[in-house]
Amino acid sequence: MENQSLDPRVNRLQLNPSGEAVTVQDGENWNVFEVFHQEKRGAHHEHVGCVHAPNAQMALIFAKEQFGRRKKCVNIWVVRSADILAFSAEDEDMFANNLEKTYRDASGFKVMEKINKYRKSTRHDEE
Amino acid sequence: MYGGGYIFDEPNKRQLNEEQLHDDPEKLADFEARIARGEKIEPGDWMPSEYRRQLIRLIEQHAHSEIMGALPEGTWITRAPGFKRKLALIAKVQDEIGHGQLLYNAAETLGKSREAMINDLLSGKSKYSNVFNYPAETWADVTVIGFLIDAAAIVNQVANAKGSYGPYCRALERICYEESFHLKQGHDAFIELATGTPAQRAMLQDALNRWWQPIMHFFGPPDKSSVHSEKLMQWKVKMASNDDMRNQFLDTYVPKIWDLGLTLPDEKLRKDPDTGKWEYSDPDWDLFKKVINGGGPCNQERLNVRKWAETHGRWVRKALMNPKDRIAAPVA
Repeated sequence: MENQSLDPRVNRLQLNPSGEAVTVQDGENWNVFEVFHQEKRGAHHEHVGCVHAPNAQMALIFAKEQFGRRKKCVNIWVVRSADILAFSAEDEDMFANNLEKTYRDASGFKVMEKINKYRKSTRHDEE
Repeated sequence: MYGGGYIFDEPNKRQLNEEQLHDDPEKLADFEARIARGEKIEPGDWMPSEYRRQLIRLIEQHAHSEIMGALPEGTWITRAPGFKRKLALIAKVQDEIGHGQLLYNAAETLGKSREAMINDLLSGKSKYSNVFNYPAETWADVTVIGFLIDAAAIVNQVANAKGSYGPYCRALERICYEESFHLKQGHDAFIELATGTPAQRAMLQDALNRWWQPIMHFFGPPDKSSVHSEKLMQWKVKMASNDDMRNQFLDTYVPKIWDLGLTLPDEKLRKDPDTGKWEYSDPDWDLFKKVINGGGPCNQERLNVRKWAETHGRWVRKALMNPKDRIAAPVA
């Protein structure tokens, strides 16, 4: 190397003396695992990202380093990305709420109106 | 630490290819309407090929910058002054590597494998932030990097975090949270020298003088010399112009530097009280291009360190590899 590094350790390594190209092979960085963390006991596990790992055990170790080293975290799940089954993003419209399905929602049932009307009518009768 | 890969393309290459814009016009209209509504784009969504190409380049170069950015600071871990500074520096360098991982994953959702990205870095095809091709000569350099380069990075990343691509935004959200610690520890170390002995102040002033030009280069060439990036702005790939981000950085940090009785090596540097914009001498953009293209003081060393790490870690990765594994891309 022409220029000596300011870092003595780098000089000791005698980096790449042959100047050969370095190539990483396909798959050398292992497979991808999705990571889910649980912030506190009782909370849902939430997806936070992914890690590359050769197997699930290593993925857990990497996930702890990557996603558990800062904010509070009490538990982590990992699962191979390939094992995630998901709807296609294009099918988003199938989740659209049909207006005719208000009978599925709490807000679809209005009782106060009737109660008030009834109260009003009975008070009226007493008078 | 820092992203903003879009600044590295030569202006003529940045121009959008007309043919590539002729994706299915109906789908393109839906896509643009979604972005205009403020919704995010997710990996499975239809997207114009040019959007995909620009994002891969942007996120990939951001990832490389995190990994390469850890090198100038990493060389100072063994020589950090005191136990507390050493602990903080180790934590920061670990964070930067973690940021690189998050960003590689975000780029992978767009269809480029991590191995392909690393190969493009090692061969010199993809770039990384120019500032990391300069040496960290003294401890004061580490404080200037930790305070000012990280501050500049935050300006850029906070802008990008409001972009349109979901996985990139989520990665940046986590990154920005950790960056706040980087900025604070850098500021603390910077202030310690600035309020220290005459020798410490002189060392800091010297580091500032050497780093000022790379810092001015940081946000990329001036808007007047760059090709119109209207489409990238509309698609929320590019969130702010280079000059706007540079101005925002100067506005926040130059007063903090002057306040400590330190100087910056630019006599023209001042804020125009009428426009509120900062004026400065044009940095040497030819030098900027030269350093990007491999002519900087540390380009070779940085890449060689990276190659060394790749070669010397290979046996571990290979020993753990499962040849039957079918590699999948990240889901989100």
